[in-house]
Amino acid sequence: MTATPASVEALLETVDDGAVAFDGFRVERAADDYALETPDEEWTGLAADDLADALEPLSDYVTNWRYWQRSVGGEGTARRAFLRWCERAPLEVEEVGDEETDAYPSVDDPLSVPERYDALRDGLDREWGQLCITARLVDDADDDPAGERVYDLWHVDDAGSDLADLEVYDDPRDAREIATYDGDGRYRPLKTAPTLPSGWAFTGLSGGELVETVEFFYPATVANWHRELRGTLDVDHWTKTAERQTGIYDVLDEMPREGVEWMAEACCVDSQCLRRREWEFDEDDELDVDGGDGPFPCREPCSLVVAAARKWTILESEQERTYELELTASEYNQLAELIDAVAEGRTDEIREADVNDGANRYRARYLRAKRFDEEGNLEAKRIDD
Amino acid sequence: MQALVIAAHGSHLNPDASDPTYAHADTVRETGAFDEVREAFWKEEPHFREVIRTLESDEVFVVPLFISEGYFTEQVIPRELRLEEWDPEKWDSDGTSASQVTLEAEDVGKTIHYCGPVGTHDAMTDVIVQRAESVTGDPDVGDGVGLAVVGHGTERNENSAKAIEYHTERIREMDRFDEAKALFMDEEPEVDDVTDYFETEDIVVVPLFIADGYHTQEDIPEDMGLTEDYRLGWDVPSDVDGHRIWYAGAVGTEGLMADVILERAADAGADIGDAVESVREAASLETGADPEPSAEPGD
Repeated sequence: MTATPASVEALLETVDDGAVAFDGFRVERAADDYALETPDEEWTGLAADDLADALEPLSDYVTNWRYWQRSVGGEGTARRAFLRWCERAPLEVEEVGDEETDAYPSVDDPLSVPERYDALRDGLDREWGQLCITARLVDDADDDPAGERVYDLWHVDDAGSDLADLEVYDDPRDAREIATYDGDGRYRPLKTAPTLPSGWAFTGLSGGELVETVEFFYPATVANWHRELRGTLDVDHWTKTAERQTGIYDVLDEMPREGVEWMAEACCVDSQCLRRREWEFDEDDELDVDGGDGPFPCREPCSLVVAAARKWTILESEQERTYELELTASEYNQLAELIDAVAEGRTDEIREADVNDGANRYRARYLRAKRFDEEGNLEAKRIDD
Repeated sequence: MQALVIAAHGSHLNPDASDPTYAHADTVRETGAFDEVREAFWKEEPHFREVIRTLESDEVFVVPLFISEGYFTEQVIPRELRLEEWDPEKWDSDGTSASQVTLEAEDVGKTIHYCGPVGTHDAMTDVIVQRAESVTGDPDVGDGVGLAVVGHGTERNENSAKAIEYHTERIREMDRFDEAKALFMDEEPEVDDVTDYFETEDIVVVPLFIADGYHTQEDIPEDMGLTEDYRLGWDVPSDVDGHRIWYAGAVGTEGLMADVILERAADAGADIGDAVESVREAASLETGADPEPSAEPGD
């Protein structure tokens, strides 16, 4: 493959205005000749005519420069960093904050330009939550400009599927509809819940369209990931978030500290959300619950947590009572099994006839028939102190 | 570069609540007037709290997709957007006249033009009229017809009723409909007694709500006697006490709403070219089509 005249021409024009230095590739103009450099080779004293010839076998470097500097642009933006991450290009990230970052998700093992081009020809896969992104060179190598990338996107569970078996889209806005319901057709109020349905694919997206699509699936994750990389992620801890609430949420700052612990354990763990909780009870007061291993940083309690916290704050203001109720040991254990099954969302998985499981529907109905009174309440006697 | 953010309520429970926001955002996207258009929500994502950082533009126009000035537009949205120096006084509004104020968003260092809500913009009057046209299927609707503008009404916020009354008065001044009345769910005069307030046989009822949901698809139709049970749906028009009620559902779902959003941004200094004209043209093409079918159960 040779560099198309358009790419070379654009490069030569740019070099006449100043040096080009990008991804290990460098072209510089001296008084009346040119210097050229790649990580492997170096040329100096090239006459203008020779430069074009010398660039010919370096078309990958030329089109790579053109794609990033002309097609993508947006230096310093989250969009550009994300697209670089997609093809494992060195991230050009300048750390501007004081915080140490561990560059998560993985930006290690950056690839050189020839390595990337090899990979892009086959398609280079990256995972972003439950999304699988494939970056590749535009199919038609004769296309001008050469070196343009396109991106495909599908559910990680569909990575091995034939495209013909998937619903294929090319408009980023279609992601909104896909992300609205889970596989059982239920509304997903939390976009980062690990319940994204599979069975669809976006193909041939431009870089801008890819970022837009990802943002519809996982809003603000690219921006916050980029901030984390640069060490400028601004975390609002629980107390700060709770104190700023007004209206019906004004009560939030009365939630007991242990309630916040239980809430984080209930809501902010990997099984419930792909975000990794970076907020704590307060800046110098960490919660005991682990923040999880999610790929996206969570910088403050989300609106779902805020809404649930209001409920728990009100419930936690109640006094504890002592109740006396008649249960066999197995029935007592069954209550625990029921709560656990609901909390783990496994009620749908319990087989119809599996009466050994305490959360089996017939077991639950039997318990209700036996222990509930005519008003449908669990028969128990309150013992006041 | 300039960006538009449409700030709406959204819902944790009802996926349809954000539909009008997405629809109007798409209409604005298609005009190409803004480099970036983003939906933002109180109850969905991206949250108000994070939306500005997802934009590359330095000039951001935020238009609240809310009916009235009040708790959300004066407290919640500016606070969650981290608008330094915000003070409701800066809008210098009598409750329906907020236009815009220019501020900095603290966490991103961008210029934010924080606009008044769509519900109180003068162009909203046209959307209500357009709604009457689209629900009757008659672009000349008005003669021999009464128009009821319905609001929630609440004692907690006097501005809530002000927005309804403001547009009702403007429609009355147009002299297009035989009668125009402001009615409410939670205060007098109540929408339950809609037929008591009109002489005309035909009454078009337009609820000034952003999205269809519990109130517009359950409460109001049942309260007005359009149906015994909202799940059974209702006819448009429906006969009630010798009147024909043309019930429109939430005005916020009307295509022309995108025009109000654009007007708000333009008033705040956004360069929108001929976007308003193209949206109006598209919206007027919609009118004259068949009247909307009766509401589907459980919308």
